[in-house]
Formats: sequence, structure tokens, C-alpha cells
Amino acid sequence: MQRSNTRWHIAVFLAPAVLVYTAVMIVPLFNTLRLSLYTEIDQHRVFVGLENFRTLFLDPIWSKQFWNALANNFWFFVIHMLVQNPIGILLAAILSQPRLRFAAFYRSAIFIPTLLSFVIVGFAWKLILSPIWGIAPDLLNTVGLKSLYAPWLGKEEYALTTLALVSVWQFVGIPMMLIYAALLTIPDEILEAGEMDGITGFSAFWKIKLPLILPAIGIISILTFVGNFNAFDLIYVAQGALAGPDYSTDILGTFMYRTFFGFQLQLGDPHMGSAIASAMFTIILIGVCIYLFGIQTRMRRYQL
Amino acid sequence: MLKTVTQLTVLSTVLAATGAMAQDATITIESWRNDDLALWQDKIIPAFEAENPGIKVKFTPSAPAEYNAALNSKLDAGSAGDIITCRPFDASLALFEAGHLADLADMPAMDNFSDVAKSAWQTDDGASTFCVPMASVIHGFIYNKEAFEEVGVDVPTTEDEFFAALDKIKADGNYIPMAMGTNDQWEAATMGYNNIGPNYWKGEEGRRALIAGGQKLTDDAWTAPYATLAKWGDYLGDGYEAQTYPDSQNLFTLGRAAIYPAGSWEISGFNELADFEMGVFKPPVQKAGDTCYISDHTDIGIGMNAASENAEASKTFLAWVGSPEFATIFGNALPGFFPLSKTPVDIEDPMANEFVSWRGECESTIRSTYQILSRGTPNLENETWGASVAAIKGTESPADLGAKLQEGLESWYKP
Amino acid sequence: MRTARTHFPSAVAMHGALLLYMLIALFPIFVILINSFKKRKSIFREPLALPNSDSFSLIGYKTVMEQGDFFLYFQNSMIVTVVSLFFILLFGAMAAYALSEYRFRGNLLMGLYLALGIMIPIRIGTVAILEMMVATGLVNTLWALILVYIAQGLPLAVFILSEFMRQVSDDLKNAGRMDGLSEYQIFFRLVLPLVRPAMATVAVFNMIPIWNDLWFPLILAPGEEVKTLTLGSQVFIGQYVTNWNAVLSALSMAVIPVLILYVIFSRQLIRGITSGAVK
Repeated sequence: MQRSNTRWHIAVFLAPAVLVYTAVMIVPLFNTLRLSLYTEIDQHRVFVGLENFRTLFLDPIWSKQFWNALANNFWFFVIHMLVQNPIGILLAAILSQPRLRFAAFYRSAIFIPTLLSFVIVGFAWKLILSPIWGIAPDLLNTVGLKSLYAPWLGKEEYALTTLALVSVWQFVGIPMMLIYAALLTIPDEILEAGEMDGITGFSAFWKIKLPLILPAIGIISILTFVGNFNAFDLIYVAQGALAGPDYSTDILGTFMYRTFFGFQLQLGDPHMGSAIASAMFTIILIGVCIYLFGIQTRMRRYQL
Repeated sequence: MLKTVTQLTVLSTVLAATGAMAQDATITIESWRNDDLALWQDKIIPAFEAENPGIKVKFTPSAPAEYNAALNSKLDAGSAGDIITCRPFDASLALFEAGHLADLADMPAMDNFSDVAKSAWQTDDGASTFCVPMASVIHGFIYNKEAFEEVGVDVPTTEDEFFAALDKIKADGNYIPMAMGTNDQWEAATMGYNNIGPNYWKGEEGRRALIAGGQKLTDDAWTAPYATLAKWGDYLGDGYEAQTYPDSQNLFTLGRAAIYPAGSWEISGFNELADFEMGVFKPPVQKAGDTCYISDHTDIGIGMNAASENAEASKTFLAWVGSPEFATIFGNALPGFFPLSKTPVDIEDPMANEFVSWRGECESTIRSTYQILSRGTPNLENETWGASVAAIKGTESPADLGAKLQEGLESWYKP
Repeated sequence: MRTARTHFPSAVAMHGALLLYMLIALFPIFVILINSFKKRKSIFREPLALPNSDSFSLIGYKTVMEQGDFFLYFQNSMIVTVVSLFFILLFGAMAAYALSEYRFRGNLLMGLYLALGIMIPIRIGTVAILEMMVATGLVNTLWALILVYIAQGLPLAVFILSEFMRQVSDDLKNAGRMDGLSEYQIFFRLVLPLVRPAMATVAVFNMIPIWNDLWFPLILAPGEEVKTLTLGSQVFIGQYVTNWNAVLSALSMAVIPVLILYVIFSRQLIRGITSGAVK
């Protein structure tokens, strides 16, 4: 392999992305994260080292909220991993069957919720689940399950799970599309070779396709993780910044927003807000590093 | 006499300002009142521009939920509009202390307002006033007159009558007795706790005692309203736990509920939406003959961005907002937002009139959590939301709620 | 013929599963759309009924159209979305290629660096970003939004595209090098066409948050001339809003352009997937 020695082209390929990204994203973000080491006393910014983190983790008022939000966030993530991604893979597997009629139609229709803004999703589901409008109770009634209805979004024990499922509804298109694209790149020859050996149908999916799309499943898992631990909008739109009832739907994103920008009479505190954002960043970074160094580099990848 | 003096001062300010203002200026107003967009565009701004040629005004509201965050970001970066609509008390005080709002204490139009009206936008020592008071809102109950006649209940004045009426409406079965939900939380605190509460803590007396440290949130006066709210749960619609604020509004205006715990700001919207006759009654007192207290809350003010490049034009505008002329336009275009100027304004809307008439019969106070007590973390107002919801749902006892709130308050507030 | 795979025994079950999920996916949107064409009373009385001559009303749309120049808003949203997407794809693919194709020192670190952006909510950088836009005079221009969206979209684009580029066969690229193609030619002529499915996927994924974003338009470009459609329709979804006709109509109007946009991209997506599949 003859490669030029200076390899300027690498720099040329990287430069535009790195420049825009550094200037508009990294610099402002880290300038803000820096605030977590300061606090404000009488309109002056004072350096306090890790004091804000001590407050966040040790002051009972703050730590209670933090651990509550973190635990809720994990539950939110678990539901996405257990519901969203398997459904996405299943739909992609069905859609990628050759000669399936109307495949394009199904695929587009199922992807539509992913295109909607959180405002619309929050509003639509609040209407449907609303005890006043009666769509959900009526529908349950027609199948004779009226007794199952509860004002889910208003109950501490159901609200978070309900919202997580709404979020799954909205985003199932993303794993579906990624896996679909990955499945389509599997050459026919490989599948035909499998058929020669008598591997067809379900076992062909399990034994041949699944190993080949593992990298794509890795991507959607880490994207789900990052997306969930950064999530904010849906809960904010549906339940407000206080993430009611009784903080039962509070996740790190809403906790951070409420603290950073303030809410109603509570004034924004950029310093504590940045401390929470730094904690979120650390959690996500650990997850991504586990993926990048622990999983991605070890994953068997087949060049097709 | 007072009236002419006021008019003269306003006139002179306007003259002085227009004299200095030869060139055209466009001033931009930041506001969270996106519902009032049409009103500003069609009525208020044309009236001002007609009197002040050379000044153009743009009203650029954002949604209430984003307003504080968006405004603070823009002020910090220097891209905010010239005129800032002010939330009452600490939110605006913080902006003033950070140097974002200009001091307006020496503006002559300020004399049009009482000290109580101005107190929502003053430093604690009263030396600086940074927003022109615009309007207050009064709490009470709006009811469906037809439903009351149909079921045969009278307007309640005491708590016993109130609950008797609710029982009767419930027994009748045609109407949901009361339209309120706990999903959005603030309704429970604002239309629940702070609506009926002043009768228990005796308005200003209790509120000031709480700030001074003479009373505690564990006192009976402060926990008893939670006990009363706990009784409300039975009279709310099915699934009220997930009922949102718009749900409640729609439930009432569609004629499906008999009573709506309200703020006077609902009037203009309800007039438009409801096709039945409505009436209002004030928060019922505990025993017949008790002095009544109402929440007459200073809610909206308007101030000037200290970094405004159109300071003169902005001051001209603010002086106009402080004038009786503005008060008349505003008070009648938005019945239920009561102008705060000393000059009485003739209000045409009957419901709004009824609300404002209570000022004569009862003692006025503002919402208990707004002044000083919500400066720290945990924030008393936000905690009160959760507490009021818990009271209605019956998940916690009034005494426990009081203890929790008091503990949170004590953690940062020393009287 | 590959008979074994065409006669799938459970074809009916597959259609059944897809149909069922499609119903779940479309039902809420259907509810919003039909109710946006109804009178207020009918919205509440029979939320699931189709609009008929009795209940049909365009009052919501009329209210919405009176409140602003929605064609201008649409145009602004379109410009911002398309320009941002173009640069995200171009810059993202270039960076992804550099990361996946060449071994150089700091490769892994650079990959991590470019992924940092999706780990911190960009909202917290708002004040710093706004200060920068004020300083450069970009505030209240579409460029302010475009720059933010490019920066915001790059991490995901690089992440997904580099994963797909690793699967492009080395033989092909080496053959190109043998033929004397420069590294740039290899990238643009050989590699890019092969990752078109992934490019289309990235385009669709990035289009959604850009089109639907409310926060940055509100902060960086709130002016009437540069308002986006999502910001323009937000006027109807406030705290004190009970005008559900207007809300539902505004929501419907915000949905329809995205659907059209998706249909356009979706064609590309399918064409990309079917013609570009690496065989």
C-alpha cells in the first residue's frame, strides 16, 4: 500500500468538522461546565473548587433529588432497551424480508412518529390518555377492559413508565431504520450460502444476520443510552419542569434544566446547574468509553 | 385634583421625552403573555403610536414556560428587547440586582401607583422601583349559573354552605361539582391553597408574621387550608390526577362542571368560550360574619432593559403605560387583569366588576409565598405546589405537609 | 430463484404485525388531524368521529393563519434545515472517513472528542453561544441557527458514518489507489456512493431535531423575518391557552411539512439503499 508520507489529506478531511464543532459547541459547553467550580456571592463570581459537587452529593436536599432523578433515568433507559430496541429490530427484520409487499409504505408509516416534535407528541398523548377527553377509557371500554383505565400520567407509580413508553412510541423508528440499513447491506451471497447449508427463515436471522448486524445494535444501544440520559423535552412538555406528580418523572435533564434556568419563582443557578450537567456528562462519558474501548474495539466486524 | 396632577406629570414627561426624540426609534417588548398578542397589536400599540409619532413598538412574546429562561439568556448576552415585562417580586429583583433592569423610581408616572402596588417591584428598602405596575389578579370561584339553578343550590358564603352545595351537585349527578386537576400542580397551589388560604391566615397579618418569624408553616392557620383541600378530592372529576389546566378550563366552559376555582385572568377566555351564564363568588369564610380575605395578587409589571439603546423612547413608553389612559384600555380589553393605578378605572365586564368589588368588602393580600420566602432552595412556592397536590390526593396529612415545608424553609431562611 | 426465502410461511403474521404497529404509530396523529377540522364542541363530544357537515370547521386554521406569515416561517425552516443538513453530511462524512480509513496517532481520541458533543445537553451552552452570535453580529440571522445545528449534528453524523465506512471493502479502495486516484477522489467517487444508505439515515435523523427545535430559534433568531415554523406555531401553545381549535391546527400545520420533507428524503433513502448496497 503506497500512501503519501505527509498525509495532509487527513487534516483536510478533519478540519471543517473539527473547526465548526469546536468553535460552536465545545468552547461554549466547556466554558459553561467551568461554572460548576464557581458560585455567586453578592453579584461576584467566586471560585469554590468542588464545593458545588459536595452540595449536590452530600446536602440531603440536593442529593435526594439527584439520586431520585438518576434512578428514574435508569428506569427510563431500561424500558427503552427492553421495549424500543427489540421492537425496532423485529420491525426491521420483517421489513427487510425480500418481496414483502408494501414494505416501503409500512416503513414510512412507522417512522412518522419519529418525525414529530416533542410538543406534538406530548400534546397528542396527553389528549389520548386524558380522563376528560375519554379516548383511552372509551377504547378500553370497547374491548371490555374499562377497569384497566387509570389516570396514568397523574399517578406516581405509573407516570414515568407511561412517559417512557410514549418516548418508545416516538423513537422506535430510529433503531428500526439503522438495523434496516444494516440488514440491507448483507450480501445475498452470504444468505444463499446459508441456504445451501439448510439455514433459512428464523434460524437464518439468528445465526447469520444477527452476528452481522451486531455493530449496528451496538450503535443503537449507545445512542439510546446517550439519548436517554440527555432526555428532557418530552417530560418537560408533558409534566412541566417540576416533573410531577411529586417528582416521580424527574430525570437528570429536567433536574438540570430546572436548576440551571430556574422555574417559576425559583431563580436559575448556573453554578449548581453546571455541576449537575457535569455529573450527567461524567455518567454519559463513562458509558460511551465502556462502549468505545470495551465493546466497539472488540466487536468482530465483517467487511462486506 | 390628584387626577389633574397625574395627567400633568404624564403630559410633561411625554413632552420632555418627545422633545429629545427627534429621530425614529423602534422599541421591542419582551413578554410571556402570548395570549395577549392580538390585543397589543390591535389596541395598545396603535393607541401609543398615534400619540407618539416617531416611536414604533414591537410586541414579541414567548411562551410562559420558556419566558424566564429565554429572557435571562438574552439579557446576559445583550440581545434582549428594550422593554421587559416583569414577573413580580424576586425574579425581577434578581434582574435589577444583576444590573439588567433600569431604576425607575424617579419617573413621575410612578406617583400614579400606591405603595402596595409598587412593593412587588421594589428593593427591600423601597429605595428603588424597577417596574411600572401593570395589573393584579384576584382569586375566587366562577360558577355555572344554569347548573346552580338546575340543581337548586345557592351561592355559598361559608365553608359549610360551600361543601353542602358540592354535596348536592354531586348527588344530582349531572355536573362534576368542581373542575380542577392536579397534573400541572400549580393549579392546586394557586387556585386551591392561595385562593382559600387567606381566610385562615388572615391575609396580610399572617403573611407578614410568617416573614417576620412570628408564625410558622406548622401553625394551624397554615395547615388548616390543606385539611380543607383534602376534602376537595371527592368533588373533582374522575381521573383528576391526570387532568391538566386546559382540561379543567374546557371541562368548565363546555358546561360539564358547576364550579371552577379561578383566578380573575380567566374571565376574558371564559366569556368567549362558555355559552351559559356565569357568576362568581369569593372564597367562603369559615363562619358567617367572619372578615373575608382575598388574594389580590400583583402579577404583571413592565420595566426597561438597562442596556437599551432606545432609553428615551422606552421611558416615554413606560410613562404612557403608567398613565390612566393605558389603564383604561388594558383593564377593559383584558377584564380580570385589574390595573393598579390609583385612578379608578371603569370596568365594564360584570364578572370582573364583581371580582374587583371585593376589594371594598374584604381585606386584600398577595400570595403568601411570593415575597422573600421563595428566594432560596428549596423554593417555597414550588414546594407548595407539591404539597397542595398531596393534600388533595390525600397522600400526606396536613400536619406532615406543614412540617416538611417549614423544615425546607428553615434550611435557608432566617426571619 | 431463491424460492426458500420467498415462500415465507408466516407472511400473514408479518403483515399482521406490521399493520398492528402501524395503527399504533399513526393513531395519535390521526386524532390530531381529524380534530383540527372540527368545531370546538364536537372535538370534545366525539373526539374519534370524522368531521362531517355538522362539525366541520376551519376556524382553527383561520386563527392560525391570521397570526403570522406562515409561508415565510416555512421558508425559513426549510432553508435552515436543508443548509444545515448539507454541511452536516459533507463535513461529517469527511471526518468519518478520516477516522475510519486512516491509522494515525490520536485517531481514537479524535473520535471520542467528536462524540463529546452528544454527551452534554447543548442548551447549557446557550449563553456562551448567544454571546458569540451577538459579538459576530449573527444574532437574528438564519446563519446563527445553521452554525449551531451543524455543530450539534456533527457528532451523530461522524459516529454513524464512521461505523458504516468501516464496512467498505479495502480491496475497492486499494484498486482505486492502483488506478492513481487521489485520496479525495477515492472518498468522493468510491466511498461516498457506497455509504448512501447511511447518509440518508443520518440526514433523516438530523432533520428531525433541527426542524422541531424550539429553543435556539427562540433565543438566537426570534425576529419576525427569521422565525421558524415551529417557533411561529408555539404562540398557540402557551400556559393560558384554551383555544384548542388553534392549537390542533397549529400542530397539524407543523406536522405536514415534516411529512413532505420526509417523503422527499425517503425516496432518496430507498434509492440509496437499493442501488448503493455493497455487493
